[in-house]
Amino acid sequence: MKKMTVLISTLALALSLSATGFAADTIKLGVAGPHSGDLAPYGIPAMKAAQLVVKQVNAKGGVLGKQVELLIQDDQCKPEIATNTATKLVSDGADVVLGHICSGATKAALGIYKDAKIPVMSPSATNPALTQSGDYPNFFRTIASDDIQAKLAVEFAINQLGIEKVAVLHDKGDYGKGFADFAKKYLDQSDKIEVVLFEGVTPGAMDYSSIVQKVRRNKAQALIFGGYHPEASKLVSQMARKRVKAIFISDDGVKDDSFLKVAGDAADGAYVTGPRDLSTIPLNAAATAEFKAEYGAEPGAFFQEGYAAALALLNGIEKAGSTDYDAVTKALRSEYVETPVGKVKFDSRGDAEGVGFSMYKVENGAFTELK
Amino acid sequence: MDYFLELFFGGLTRGSIYALIALGYTMVYGIIQLINFAHGEIYMIGAFVALIVAGVCTIYGLSGVAILILAGAVAIVYAAAYGYTLEKIAYRPLRGSPRLSPLISAIGMSIFLQNYVLLVQTADYLPFPRLIPDFAFMEPVAHIIGSPELVILVTTVVTMILLTLLIKKTRVGKGMRATQQDMNMARLVGVNVDRVISMTFIIGSALAAIAGVLVASYIGQVNFYIGFLAGVKAFTAAVLGGIGSIPGAVLGGLVLGWAESFSAGYISSDYEDVFTFGLLVLILILRPSGILGKVTKQKV
Repeated sequence: MKKMTVLISTLALALSLSATGFAADTIKLGVAGPHSGDLAPYGIPAMKAAQLVVKQVNAKGGVLGKQVELLIQDDQCKPEIATNTATKLVSDGADVVLGHICSGATKAALGIYKDAKIPVMSPSATNPALTQSGDYPNFFRTIASDDIQAKLAVEFAINQLGIEKVAVLHDKGDYGKGFADFAKKYLDQSDKIEVVLFEGVTPGAMDYSSIVQKVRRNKAQALIFGGYHPEASKLVSQMARKRVKAIFISDDGVKDDSFLKVAGDAADGAYVTGPRDLSTIPLNAAATAEFKAEYGAEPGAFFQEGYAAALALLNGIEKAGSTDYDAVTKALRSEYVETPVGKVKFDSRGDAEGVGFSMYKVENGAFTELK
Repeated sequence: MDYFLELFFGGLTRGSIYALIALGYTMVYGIIQLINFAHGEIYMIGAFVALIVAGVCTIYGLSGVAILILAGAVAIVYAAAYGYTLEKIAYRPLRGSPRLSPLISAIGMSIFLQNYVLLVQTADYLPFPRLIPDFAFMEPVAHIIGSPELVILVTTVVTMILLTLLIKKTRVGKGMRATQQDMNMARLVGVNVDRVISMTFIIGSALAAIAGVLVASYIGQVNFYIGFLAGVKAFTAAVLGGIGSIPGAVLGGLVLGWAESFSAGYISSDYEDVFTFGLLVLILILRPSGILGKVTKQKV
């Protein structure tokens, strides 16, 4: 009897040995981001999202019949560390990489993955150039780039509102001026619309009557404003007072309840861009519930996007039928996947289609999402 | 032409608000040679008090103009009390000490009052009700000068006439003028200098409160920080007109308002402040004591 036990345990041991020996044939999902340091709160939710997804996928039998293995590396959001992280992931044999989190670190690491022919998907790097420069065909992201709001606002003004003359104002800050600069870039590309005024206003100034009069004088049919809600409320109130009829279009910094409260009636009819309402997406609720069950807390920043990226990458491999670079990138660009940020596929530059921002209209003192 | 008038009245409105606040700076400076940096905060407190009173009055269903007058009156009393207390606890104990000490005390009070309002109220922008109704007779010209601007201009003019009468015709005014000329001599002939200084703070604060209420109901928002920028601009106006001079403060305010309005309107609002402060530098180079400032000889 004792011999029997020894035999069985030896066999079991041999079996487990062969299983580890066989482990070379797993799908390796690299995860890179800040997992320590002051920016860790931006990286850890995406890492946990990947862990949850992998756990689920493996429980269902893995991808292409293979188990998924996670390779987790910390880059602290620092470009100089990110290059080491990338080299490590490449030498460990990662098939695809979820990361990096910060735009700077992502940019530093991308070249290394590109040379190694590894598809990379970031849940959070929003720098427009990462996809738009065309330098990184291996790069994808599940978050909208910084300029997408401006693009949305401009396209809305041209196509939905039929505006021909527009004034662009900003609050001279990084965020507001950035938005206004992108808006101007897209406006200049179109020959259907003319920018009649492009200026900065002083935040906190006593009143904006001169600039409002200037909007009227230049016969602008719409005013695109980059900035935050205090200046926006002041602008719309003064336009109402001065009987200036231009349609007010602005950004996420204005999509705040304070804008509705402070501007009151004057805000009615204004348009603002804001993140898409994710609450109606079933997978989002499921992923959040899963996180809460596992960790007993709210998920944190970029959890949905990280979850979406992990799902999209594994789905890409599944649909491609292999981990071959060309097949996977082609699958990512052609196959839709259900994720917590909606049903997505990626465009030729690597940006997720249909992700990110919607246009909201202020109606009866509330923001209404326009589909 | 319409555009010119629009900018003209926009600048006039803004300038008259600057003038109201600048009067407080200039009166205090004229008497005790102190730049009361906490003056902008008194303006902000005036606006906040008016907001609270307006909120209560709205519950009782009063009409817009009635609320405006009532809220304004309470704000004036409150702000005057703040001004009086400010002088009593922050400046009077330092009288006779080097000139820098009360100045630092003033900056301290400014920071204190800002943070006090931040803590007891909120850091958010609060909506201020539109208490000034749109008068029907103003409608044809509403795009050039609206009802709120009209109310602001009329109130400012009336306030300034009252102030002039107060200074020229009353005993208090006589005491103020005497103290301004020579504090020790005034004391010798029986002027209660401490009372005169208190009165100066009370009047200056009341003017700031009026400006605060007018601006808040014109712009429609208040925040604990609004006093800082308004204070800086009004101080600039006071220096521009000649600090210590009452007509100078009014003129300085108007010049500053027009400079901002026209430079934003005809050149670019990007450089609004550049032109405004450029003008200040230019005037101070040509007339170091301001447009209407008296050239005082240094007494040895």
